[in-house]
This record gives sequence, C-alpha cells and structure tokens, in this order.
Amino acid sequence: MSETLSKADVQKLAEHLENCQLEVRDTPKITEAHPNMTMSDAYDVQYVIRERKTERGERVVGFKAGLTSRAKMKQMGVEVPCYGFLCDSFAVPDGGEVDATSLIHPKVEPEIAVVLKHPLRGPGCHIGTVMAAIDFVMPAIEIIDSRFRDFKFDVISVVADNCSSSKFVVGSRCRPADQLDLRTLGVVMELNGEPVAFGAGAAVLGHPAAAIAMMVNMMAERGDFMPVGTLILTGGITEAIAVKAGDNVTLRAQDIGSVSLRFI
Amino acid sequence: MNANKRNQYGDELYQALCSRTTVAPLTSREPDITIEDAYHIQQRMVARRLEAGEHVVGKKIGVTSRVVQNMLQVFQPDFGWLLSSMMYNEGESVPIDSLIQARAEGEIAFLLKRDLIGPGVTIVDVLAATEGVMTCFEIVDSRITDWKIRIQDTVADNASCGVFVLGDKLVSPRDVDLITCGMVIEKNGEIVTTGAGAAALGSPLNAVAWLANTLGSLGIPLKAGEIILSGSLAALVPIQAGDNLRVSIGGIGQCSVRFV
Repeated sequence: MSETLSKADVQKLAEHLENCQLEVRDTPKITEAHPNMTMSDAYDVQYVIRERKTERGERVVGFKAGLTSRAKMKQMGVEVPCYGFLCDSFAVPDGGEVDATSLIHPKVEPEIAVVLKHPLRGPGCHIGTVMAAIDFVMPAIEIIDSRFRDFKFDVISVVADNCSSSKFVVGSRCRPADQLDLRTLGVVMELNGEPVAFGAGAAVLGHPAAAIAMMVNMMAERGDFMPVGTLILTGGITEAIAVKAGDNVTLRAQDIGSVSLRFI
Repeated sequence: MNANKRNQYGDELYQALCSRTTVAPLTSREPDITIEDAYHIQQRMVARRLEAGEHVVGKKIGVTSRVVQNMLQVFQPDFGWLLSSMMYNEGESVPIDSLIQARAEGEIAFLLKRDLIGPGVTIVDVLAATEGVMTCFEIVDSRITDWKIRIQDTVADNASCGVFVLGDKLVSPRDVDLITCGMVIEKNGEIVTTGAGAAALGSPLNAVAWLANTLGSLGIPLKAGEIILSGSLAALVPIQAGDNLRVSIGGIGQCSVRFV
C-alpha cells in the first residue's frame, strides 16, 4: 500500500489527534483535509502517536482489534478488521472509577481479552498458533472515545485515531483457553444494574482467536509483532453503549467471571 | 367481548392455521379487545387442535426480551401451548410450506422432571424441578397478515408459535450458568446473530418461574415431562426454503434444522 502523506503531515496529524485526546476535544475527520490518505498513511499516523506516548515514558501493554463484526465491516466497506495499541495509562482497575470529563463522548464495549505466553508473528499466523500462544483469557470492558466529531468518520480516520482507544478494564477470573469454548462464550453487559447487551464470542469474526490471527498478519506488513505478555482486546461483541457520569457498567462473562467500572 | 365472539375468532385463527393463510389483525377489527379476551381466543384455537387429535407437550414463553417488549409496548411476557405436531428433533427437516411466514429464534428449552405449580414458585423450585436444558430453535409463525401484531393479536394466535426443534444434548441446569451462556446462530454457514441467556427476562429461570406462577393462578400446572421454551435470546432470523440453520449455546449444545 502506498503513502500519500509527507513525513511532516504524518507528524502534524499525529500531534493533532493525540492533543485532541489529551485535551479532551473533538475534531472533524482528518480525511476531509487529506482526501487521498491511504490505510498505510493512517497506520503511519497511529505509529507516530504511539512513539509520542512511549517517548514520554508510557509502556505499550497490548493491542486491540477494531471493526470485528461483519455488520460493522459491511457498514464501513472494509474486508479486514483494524488494530490499535494499548498503553499502561489506559488501564482502569477492576471496580475503579473513570472521570467522564476526561473523555469526549465515551462508549463501552464488552470484549474477550487474552494474554500471550508466546510471541505471535505473521505472516502465516493462524487460529492454532494463536490458541497455543494464549496464556489465559479474561473478560474486558473497553471504553472507546473517538476523537471525531459526532462519530462521523471513515475507516482511515479511525485507524489514524488509534481505533478510538481510550481506556479499558480487565480482571476477574483468568482461565486457560483450552478450558473454554471462545466461540459460544457468552457475555452480558449491565448498565446501572440493567442487562442491556448480550452476545457470544463468535460475534468477533466468527472466533476471537481468528480475529487475533488477522491482526498479527496485518501487523507483519509493518514488521511489527506481539511479544510475550501482550494483552489483546479481541473486539466488541455487541454494539457500543454510550455512557455518562454516574453510570456503572458491569460485564458478566461465561466461566470467566465479571469486571466493572464506574463513571464519575 | 362475549363468548360467541371469542369462539368465532378462535375458529377463524384455527382455519387460518389449517389452510396456511393469514387474517387481518384482530386489534384492527376489535379496538377494545383485552389481553384476557385474547387468551380465551387462544384457548379456543388450541381446543380445536386438541379435538383434531393433537396433544399438549409443553408451553412456550414469549415477549421476554426488552426489544420485543418495547416494540409491543407490553412489559410482561406472554405464553402459548406446545402441541405434538409442532415437535422436531436435531437434524430433521421442516417443510417450509407447513408454515406461513416463519422466523427462527434461538432459545433454551427446559425438560421438567417434576410438576411446577404456582403461585409461589421461585427459581430455586425451577432448578429443582428441571431434568435438563437443551439448545432449541423455536420457529415462530403468525396467522396475522404481515406480522402486524399487537400483544392481543399474538396472544390470541397461540403466542405466534409455529414449530420447535430440540437439540443434541440434555444438560443439567446445575452444570451451566444460564445467565451468561452464549448463543450463536448461523444461517447457511454465516453467523447471523449472537446472544446470551440474560436476554430472556434477565435469566431463563425467571421466565419459567413467571410462567409457573401465571398459569398457577389460572389453575394450570406445568407438568413433569413437559417442554418449556423460555424465550428468544437474540434477534429473529427470517427463513426460506433451502436454508440450513444451526444454533449453539455455550455449555449446553447445538441444534440444527433445514427448511425444505
């Protein structure tokens, strides 16, 4: 895939998008000013945002998959999911609080998270290598917070914006993958005590481990890989639910317990 | 509504069922029809089927999801009767022309080993009285034109029951978390929807307890050996001839059916 943006433009867009996150303000989608941007340009921007964070001492602790539901992919006109990175600063303790004023227009998604005991490198990564590399599985709530005004974006803008990553909470019971059926593993997300979203692992590209294999093979195109200890959020199982100050969110997942957080 | 009128509508729905035709919504013809009227009409329709040689094999619970409750603006479930001619087993084919405008729902079926007689039934009683749970398709169908139903229409039409298909395993409810168990439906190999147990009234156990208590107050028991369908766990799937459907529920099993 070819690039159309100059190095200076990539730096400028990365700085702009990261500042939107840090200063809690939204922006029009970046493809409006750069209509010829490619997917490769978009990942260039994302990787510069990642450098900016690591240069300030943050640690990349994992990755997230985005656009993993067939319905969402069709809607956005893409054939493959996308990925973003997760830093230690994104982590919220299980049962912890998130200041809603630190986010633009947050939404929560129920996900299945895994941690790796072997590195995963593409190309050629498949569902078997992924299953063999999983140390354990946990439930996760991802808080996404697109920096784009009114959620008006296209897939290229989303990738540049680190796939809307903002916060996440993982925890509860960790179990080896061979004790679980990740395809039928069910999740129930409760908002203020009311069950509002229901789904199963198969909503993520048929199987969460298949989504991971796709991510790893995409990362290989940039020479990137997932080291031992990587945390992977495998993709939203249901529609994202909008949240505000005062809301509490609990995710109950089959055989792996529950996690929760509150917005203040 | 007087008894004659109720019987007349019950007969009309029975005729529609037999001839695979639809009738105009009862609510469009009887603006004052109550849910109680609708259950009397349902009784008449079911009585006609029993007279024709069918047997009661269980009950179904409907309107258990928040989405359907909001759509119908009714915030309680409804129920209908499962009859012997509605039963299919794992892997069997259902002739599509035996149905009018069918749609598939993935559900958990309960097989009872003891009677459950309300009122006063809690989920503890439901667990103790359950032999096992099975993965199941309920194929809903409507004798009302274009599914233009309000709550009274679906209740009168035996809760829009068509046929049901029981899956490959019978699992003790003590071995599975009925709230978080995940459900996946595939149509012709493509995943079309997923869901989880809590989609039915927060727990399928709540749905069965509701049914035992509601029927108990009318003097009707849930009997040992009966099948109870506890409510849809996700969106309805439209079907046509040639479709092959499979539903899997985590910790319970699978169920597949073909429409020919």
